[in-house]
Amino acid sequence: MNLTLKIWRQNGTNDKGRMEVYPISDVNPEMSFLEMMDVLNEQLIEDGKDPIAFDHDCREGICGMCSMFINGEAHGPGRRITTCQLHMRSFKDGDTVVVEPWRAAAFPVIKDLVVDRGAFDRIQQAGGYVSVNTSGNTLDANAIAVPKKDADRAFDAATCIGCGACVATCKNSSAMLFVSAKVSQFALLPQGRVEAKERVQKMVRQMDLEGFGNCTNTGACEVECPVGISLENIARMNREYLSASLASAE
Amino acid sequence: MATKSALLGSSLTKKYWMALTGLFLSVFLIVHLAGNLVLLGGKEMAENFNAYAEFMTTFPIIKITSYLLYFSILFHAFDGILLTIQNRKARPVKYHYEKPSANSNWASRNMAFLGTIMLFFIVGHMATFWWRMKFGELPLDAAGRKDLYTVVEVYFTTASTALLHVLIYVVAMIAIAFHLLHGFQSSFQTLGVNHPKYTPLIKKIGVGFAVVIPALFAIIPVYMYLNQ
Repeated sequence: MNLTLKIWRQNGTNDKGRMEVYPISDVNPEMSFLEMMDVLNEQLIEDGKDPIAFDHDCREGICGMCSMFINGEAHGPGRRITTCQLHMRSFKDGDTVVVEPWRAAAFPVIKDLVVDRGAFDRIQQAGGYVSVNTSGNTLDANAIAVPKKDADRAFDAATCIGCGACVATCKNSSAMLFVSAKVSQFALLPQGRVEAKERVQKMVRQMDLEGFGNCTNTGACEVECPVGISLENIARMNREYLSASLASAE
Repeated sequence: MATKSALLGSSLTKKYWMALTGLFLSVFLIVHLAGNLVLLGGKEMAENFNAYAEFMTTFPIIKITSYLLYFSILFHAFDGILLTIQNRKARPVKYHYEKPSANSNWASRNMAFLGTIMLFFIVGHMATFWWRMKFGELPLDAAGRKDLYTVVEVYFTTASTALLHVLIYVVAMIAIAFHLLHGFQSSFQTLGVNHPKYTPLIKKIGVGFAVVIPALFAIIPVYMYLNQ
């Protein structure tokens, strides 16, 4: 199949950037989208041009690195997939495919389609962990009984791969789905409850500092999330933060 | 950890206030509608309507609540503008190609637009009725009360402008309907109420509320206009 690709090119964070058109022919429908990008880059290199920078790592839907906004949707058409799991059979011969980076003030473009998602790391570092006793008498995790339902829901929240599709797809560039998944995965477990109040306040504070927008409950993030993180997590974070803020002495 | 600024100025707190004021304004709509429905009784019910209007502007508890209401309207609008500015700032470079209809509904993406229509309507609406009832010189009815009924009737039946007035009113009610369609259920989510058993019910009530309340409001001027 033959396609016309319109791809965002940006030479560094301070460059203004522009859309450029690349025709590509003989695309194998069984290729993944990233493999198609590889073929295009080989052609560009052969022609002595600058290949297109894009993020990728595991190429099996686990790492959350691939981050393209394809034809108006995070990770392109299709549900519960990352870009590496999107295949060229999802497109038709002759289609024009528009490829852009995640767009958010908190995710500055490094080059072309690569954005800096360090904001997520800093939110995680602000409180997305459980402090452990390193004195040698650490408790066996299995010694604390966890109801099956809570364990399942915590695990569901923990499947978030931090890809940033929620931010990319949200009209406000809000990071609420990501942060709420990270808050929930701990808040649902007894080990995480100990620091739950502090955690939610620290993580929300960092989220605000990073310059993400506010949640308006459009629900777009849940639809576009490759691992199906539920909006229930956002409600849980809203609850956690409300009670933590009201109870806080300061 | 929580600083004063976090409690007042965090993104989540702004949303809590948005939800709380929004729900309060929704409750007010019911009270307002209950009074307005008396207008459907026509001239025979005019004195009842005027009595209701007088009660609403003089009864102490309602008076106190009304100040809370004015504050809520202004705060809901102010908070909404603040949130919208932040949201715009969070995405300085727009996408060239977006397909938002693939993952969200129109009303949820246009709350600020719908809210702006409503704000303009409320200003005009209050200038036309509320201001005149409270501060204007109105003719008195047979019972000696300010005759707000006649003001309403004239507004929606005077040949040259009535159709325009009715149209503006209906458009505003459509805006309120779409605003509520998203806002009602969204406010529960913001306040942390999301439950497999209750959320589907809240969503159904929200849709019912968003359709029935504005429709009943809109029927009144349409009825007055057609029935003159």
